[in-house]
Amino acid sequence: MKPLKSIIILVLLTLTFSSCNSNKNNQETVLFQCPMHCESDKTYTDAGNCPICKMDLQSLEPSTSKIENTIGISEESIFNLTSDWNTEEGEQIQLRDLKGKTLVMVMIYTSCKAACPRLVADMRNIEAKIPDDKMDQLNFALISIDPETDTPERLKAFAIENYMDEPQWTFLQGTESGVREFANVLAVKYKQISPIDFSHSNIISVFNPQGELMHQQEGLGVDNNETIETILQLIH
Amino acid sequence: MKGHVFRLLTLILITQTSLFAQSENMAFIKGNRYIPLYGRDSTVVEVKDFEMDIYPITNAQFQDFVAKYPKWQKSNALKLFTDKSYLSNWENDFELKSSEKPDSPVTYVSWFAAKAYCECQGKRLPTVDEWEYVAMADENIRDARIKPDYNKQILAWYEAPRTNENSIGQHPKNVWGIYDLHGLVWEWTLDFNSVLITGESRKDVDKDSNLFCGSAAVNATDLMNYAAFMRYAIRGSLKAKYSMKNLGFRCVKDINK
Repeated sequence: MKPLKSIIILVLLTLTFSSCNSNKNNQETVLFQCPMHCESDKTYTDAGNCPICKMDLQSLEPSTSKIENTIGISEESIFNLTSDWNTEEGEQIQLRDLKGKTLVMVMIYTSCKAACPRLVADMRNIEAKIPDDKMDQLNFALISIDPETDTPERLKAFAIENYMDEPQWTFLQGTESGVREFANVLAVKYKQISPIDFSHSNIISVFNPQGELMHQQEGLGVDNNETIETILQLIH
Repeated sequence: MKGHVFRLLTLILITQTSLFAQSENMAFIKGNRYIPLYGRDSTVVEVKDFEMDIYPITNAQFQDFVAKYPKWQKSNALKLFTDKSYLSNWENDFELKSSEKPDSPVTYVSWFAAKAYCECQGKRLPTVDEWEYVAMADENIRDARIKPDYNKQILAWYEAPRTNENSIGQHPKNVWGIYDLHGLVWEWTLDFNSVLITGESRKDVDKDSNLFCGSAAVNATDLMNYAAFMRYAIRGSLKAKYSMKNLGFRCVKDINK
């Protein structure tokens, strides 16, 4: 009985250790395409012949850039990040689900008493200067640097409390590593000072609908004209 | 009975590779509390038990990695995650330039690439607090920061040029059994972007030019931390997509209880 048990444990361990997500994904996404592009960019999941010119289908390299290209974003787009996020409405999304709208982003945490209320006010001031009929082209996203405390429920309550519950506002809860990664993309620095307090850089970032960084506003209560101008240029 | 032993042996042989791959070349670090140069409010921080790679990741190891994960090859790596100098001491996607040694620490890697490497081994990058905790040991004791020799040695390295071209494991290991925390290259940490020396905004950090100036650091009351000053200053000036000639990394693993 004992050897059987240890065998099972060993096999399980082996399985756990030998798997790694990104590799798996690569293997699963091998696609085939006609070398003559008879059906333009149509792809097949199995090898075979092109139904039009009968040539052998060629496999497409499962490299990331190709995958990225198929959904039309550039190398510098934040939509290349594959971390998972929860919205204040309890939906699970990836950043690329925000594609298509101009994005205004800031990192905050809801239990913050010092800088965040002012950062949130800065966000609201920006929002107030956008014509109402353009609002559907915009997404204002507030990302929590305290994913442990800021659950979707808490973010929703914060949204209501701060009159930011309209559709153009999105609040995001990530994982610790997802937040760290995202902060690094924005060059935002933050550190947990105590269980309830963080210090962090005050940066509002504007992205175009393809997720490319267009502008960053640094500091609290600073002149937001440039930020608003960038946004107005991005929406028509 | 014989068959039984044989079966067990075969089993061990089969599973050995994947099992040892995990903790092979890692050392157990017993957690504790200590006061780093910049902890929470400059007070005590707590480090939990973990395992740390004995050596920094080498060029050869990173070659294996990019062979397996094409998206981190020099020509495929996204601009979001790397800058122009990413792997700039490599001839192409797979080979090092002839001047580089396979057992030198890998450098010219971004934080994103280092993080991905560790995650694909089922590990992660060490936090600043973890790294500093292990790095304050010398060959004999766990906290050697008050020893003049310890600081002198580190500073001598900071003055030595091109140490990134040396091989790993040439210096004596520290009391934990870890090599090359000092003496070869700087290393990425998971939360390097938590280095905010003063105030709350990045503006403040930028203005804190004293920190980046060695002469100002010498005036610090705590001379023993001069070397640590340099490390925190470097971290504070990094961005995650940067690659540098003398910046590599190693991984750690949490202990699952």
